[in-house]
This record gives sequence, C-alpha cells and structure tokens, in this order.
Amino acid sequence: MSHDLYGEILLDHYRLPRNHGRLENPTITVEGTNPLCGDELTLDLEFTGDHLTNISFSGRGCAISVAATSMLTELLKGKTIHEIEEWTGNFRTFIREGKAPDGVDMGDIQSLAGVAQLPVRVKCATLPWTTLEQGLVRYKGT
Amino acid sequence: MKTITEIRKDFPILNMKVNGKSLVYLDNAASSQKPVQALDAFCRFCESRYANVHRGVHTLGEHATTDYEAARTKVAEFVNAPSSKGIIFTRGTTESINLVAYAFGRRFVKHGQAILLTPMEHHANLVPWQLMAKSVGAELRFWPMKPDGTLDMEAGKKLLDSSVALVAITHVSNVLGTINPVREIALMAHQVGAKVLVDGAQAVPHMPVDLTEIDADFYAFSGHKMLGPTGIGVLWGRLDVLEDMEPFLTGGEMIKEVYLDHATWNDLPYKFEAGTPPISEAITLSAAISYLNDVGMEWVYSHTRALTSKAYELLSQEPGVTVYGPAVDRGPVVAFNVAGIHPHDLAALLDQEGVAIRAGHHCAQPLMRWLEVQATARASFYLYNTMEEIDVMMDAIRMAKKVLRVA
Ligand SMILES: Cc1ncc(COP(=O)(O)O)c(C=O)c1O
Repeated sequence: MSHDLYGEILLDHYRLPRNHGRLENPTITVEGTNPLCGDELTLDLEFTGDHLTNISFSGRGCAISVAATSMLTELLKGKTIHEIEEWTGNFRTFIREGKAPDGVDMGDIQSLAGVAQLPVRVKCATLPWTTLEQGLVRYKGT
Repeated sequence: MKTITEIRKDFPILNMKVNGKSLVYLDNAASSQKPVQALDAFCRFCESRYANVHRGVHTLGEHATTDYEAARTKVAEFVNAPSSKGIIFTRGTTESINLVAYAFGRRFVKHGQAILLTPMEHHANLVPWQLMAKSVGAELRFWPMKPDGTLDMEAGKKLLDSSVALVAITHVSNVLGTINPVREIALMAHQVGAKVLVDGAQAVPHMPVDLTEIDADFYAFSGHKMLGPTGIGVLWGRLDVLEDMEPFLTGGEMIKEVYLDHATWNDLPYKFEAGTPPISEAITLSAAISYLNDVGMEWVYSHTRALTSKAYELLSQEPGVTVYGPAVDRGPVVAFNVAGIHPHDLAALLDQEGVAIRAGHHCAQPLMRWLEVQATARASFYLYNTMEEIDVMMDAIRMAKKVLRVA
C-alpha cells in the first residue's frame, strides 16, 4: 500500500515544497492542526477581489501533509474563490474514492490516491483543504 | 522449555506476509498476538461448556461458572494476589481505573485533598482523575521526573504529604519503558495515609509481578496485552478497601436482594461485576496465562530485556536517531525519533518492509510535551520476537532515511 504512496511526485513536493514560507502582507492567516499526529499548518492567503493572488504555507507535518499542502498551493494560486470551491469538492471526492471525478485532471494531487485506502492518513492529506476552507469563510465574512 | 522457534509456531499470525515481506510485529505494547492454545481454549469452552454464569442450575451453567471462577483463581495466582476475592474482571485497564475513580475516588477523596500522579501516565490513568478531582474539588499533583525519564524520588517525597488521598502511578511506562519503584512508593504513600493505585498494563505481561509484595491498594491490567483476548481486564483491590466502596456499575449479578425501591450488594468480587461478565474472555485469558506460565515469566522478562537492550543500543548508535527513556532497567518498549522524519512516515515506510511499529502520542500527550516532541515512533517487544527482527527493523529505518533523503 504505502509503496506507491511515497512515490517520486509526492517526495518531490516534500523535499522541495512549493510556496513555502510566510507572506509579507496576507489578507488572511489561518491555522490548522491535526491533534492526532501533531501536524501544524499555517496558511497565508492574499486575496485581490475574488482572486487568491498569493498563498504560502509554513508549519510542520508528515510527508503526506507537507506534500498535499504544497500541491494545493501550486494548484490554487491565482484561482477565483468559485474555482477554489470547485476544486475543494473535487478533492473531497478524490480522497474519498481514491480517484478523480470524471473528466477532472488532478495533476500532481493524483499521486495521493493511495491515501484514500489509509483512513489514518486521510486527515494528513485533507488538513490543508479544511484549513483553506476556514480561510475562505473568514475572507467572505470580511 | 520451549525454544523461540517453537514459541513462534504457536502464533500463526507471525507467519503472515505484509506487503510481500515477513511480518515483524513490534507493536506489542499496544496489543499482543494470541497463541493457538488460547484460541483453542476459547473454542473448546464455547463448543462444550458455555452458558451464563452464577445463574442457571443446569449443567452447562455449572460448568461455565466453574471455569469462570477457575480463571479468577488462575489470575490471582499469576500475580500472587493475597485473595482471589479481590480479583474483579473488567473490560480492561481503562475500566478498572474508572471503577476506582468513581467508586473509591468520588466517595473517599475529599475537597482540598490531592491525588498524586506522574507526567508519564497513559491517558487512562490521568483523565479519570481529572474528572474525579473536578467533581469533588481535589487537586492533582505530579511527581517530577528526572531528565532520563525516571521519577525524582526526593522531589516526589516532598509532594507526598498527609493531604494526599491517593497516589496513582504506572508500574511501567508505555513510552519511556521506565519501571517505577512501586513497592517503595506504596510504602511511602501508606506512611502518610494515602491509598495507592498501580497501572500495571505494561508490567504484568512482561515481568513477574507479586501483588502481595507490592502491597498497593489497587492494581489494574488488561488481558489483550498478555496474549489474551480484548474485552477483559482485571482490577485487583484490597478487600477492606473494596468492602467500603459502593458499586460502580449496577444491575444484575452485583446485587444480593432487590426491592422495588432499594437493593443490597453482593459479596466481593461480584459487587463490582454488574451484568453478564466477559465469560469466554476470562477462560481465554486463563489459557493465555497458562501459556505464559509454561514459558515462564522469568524467561519472558530476560528475553524481552535482551531484545530491548539490543534495540536501544542499535537505535542510539544510528545517526539522527533520538531514543527516549532510561538506558537501563527498562520495560520492553523503545520510543524514538529519526531527525527529519515524521513518525507516521517512518511507521508507514517500515510497514512497507513488513515491520509493524507504533507512531503517535501513545495516549500520553502530557509526556509528549515533557519530551518536547509532537509524537514518537515506538518499537515494543514480546516473547516471540527475535534478535534478527531488530536487525530487520534497523534496515527498514535506514531504508526510510534513504527514501526521505535524510542523511
Ligand atoms: C500504561 C497503560 N495504561 C493503560 C492502558 C489502557 O489499556 P486498555 O486500553 O487495555 O484499557 C495502556 C494500553 O494502551 C497502557 O499502556
């Protein structure tokens, strides 16, 4: 099972996380934790209108949560809130069923397919998405 | 005397392949595997002697009652309890401790008194006391530890004054492996009039335990960590203390006479065994104890000690690895971290090589904070593990370092 889990794409994101660090002037900073593993994640979000113009992350976590966060930032930087919500739905389906919804190309995220079979690790891959959702709620409320 | 090869044959699960590799099961502190002798005992009992206990006057009812009570005697002898009447069957250590927290704590621990614990307790020996202390207005105190993860006896003595109603302490830490001097602590506690509960979940499976010698007031352990089934555990209590307590769970079995508006309590130990008890589990546990007796607890202790020493030594020498807990005189658990690798990734990568270890906070979050870590990996050993399996684990750790490119 875990064989394919730690594949080259995932390891690449783990070793060289994209958009890692802090933003100078984030519109919203949101934190997420996974008490079971002790993963801690901070997302800095910069919005311009309804566009997520910049995003970065910091914190600590396992390879799966770091790679999943890195992939998320790469995928969603520059997207509109509407598009982000659509991707969040796609990701939920993907992590529940282990495969992308019909006609959707998950890109690098596809490499997380094995996580769907590991209930204990699903939370690691989902953490950046639930954290981002909280960020969106906060932004929309402002 | 069985050889290790013969012992391993008694545990069919050890022949399993995991991810194409031979299983190396090093998560014994979480739960142990079961020998065929225990599984057979379960089947034989259910096939030929099963019925509810202490009720029917029919033949099967009598057979089941005889076997169930024989299991109680077997447990009492195994831990040299002063009397088998003080052996109460529960669902596990957790329920045993909750029983004491409710039936003893809420009745006898008074407002302003203290409960003395240690920072190395499993949540099962911490959270029940938090709730109980809150409900009666008692204070929780924590026995300080030295940097090596052993108790600071001098510092603890200062906290152990006459305001302490109860000392609740683990016999062997499920993370650090520390073996606490429970005999000495029971003596000290009794001198100031405090009662003592010992969490023996990690001790009884691994070393000869003599309850008469330890002389605590309560001692708790679980069947599933000592080759027995899940769903059964033990609370031993001193008879005079148990006599003074009110019941914990109520219903059938635990009563003597019931009227519409009140009831009187059954004799010990039945007063604390409400409802249909874990009958077949008790019979299976009894067979597991027979197995441990056949192998010999002295042998189990020295064998797992040798495994632990080897693992501790190899892990300590491995670059980037931090090992937690005392270097010597420890139980068969070794918690560690590999720099740059989250324990969950390590456990997942070891699983790829067939090696089962635990990763996480091990139900000891305050201890994780004390160690200043989020989580650790943990290898824990039992009578069926071999020296070669530790080498397999070390190779798998090196492989994990390579995969995650940790030097
Ligand atoms: C030291 C210690 N105490 C208590 C427990 C709880 O045991 P159980 O889950 O069987 O009730 C455990 C096992 O996880 C333990 O290691």
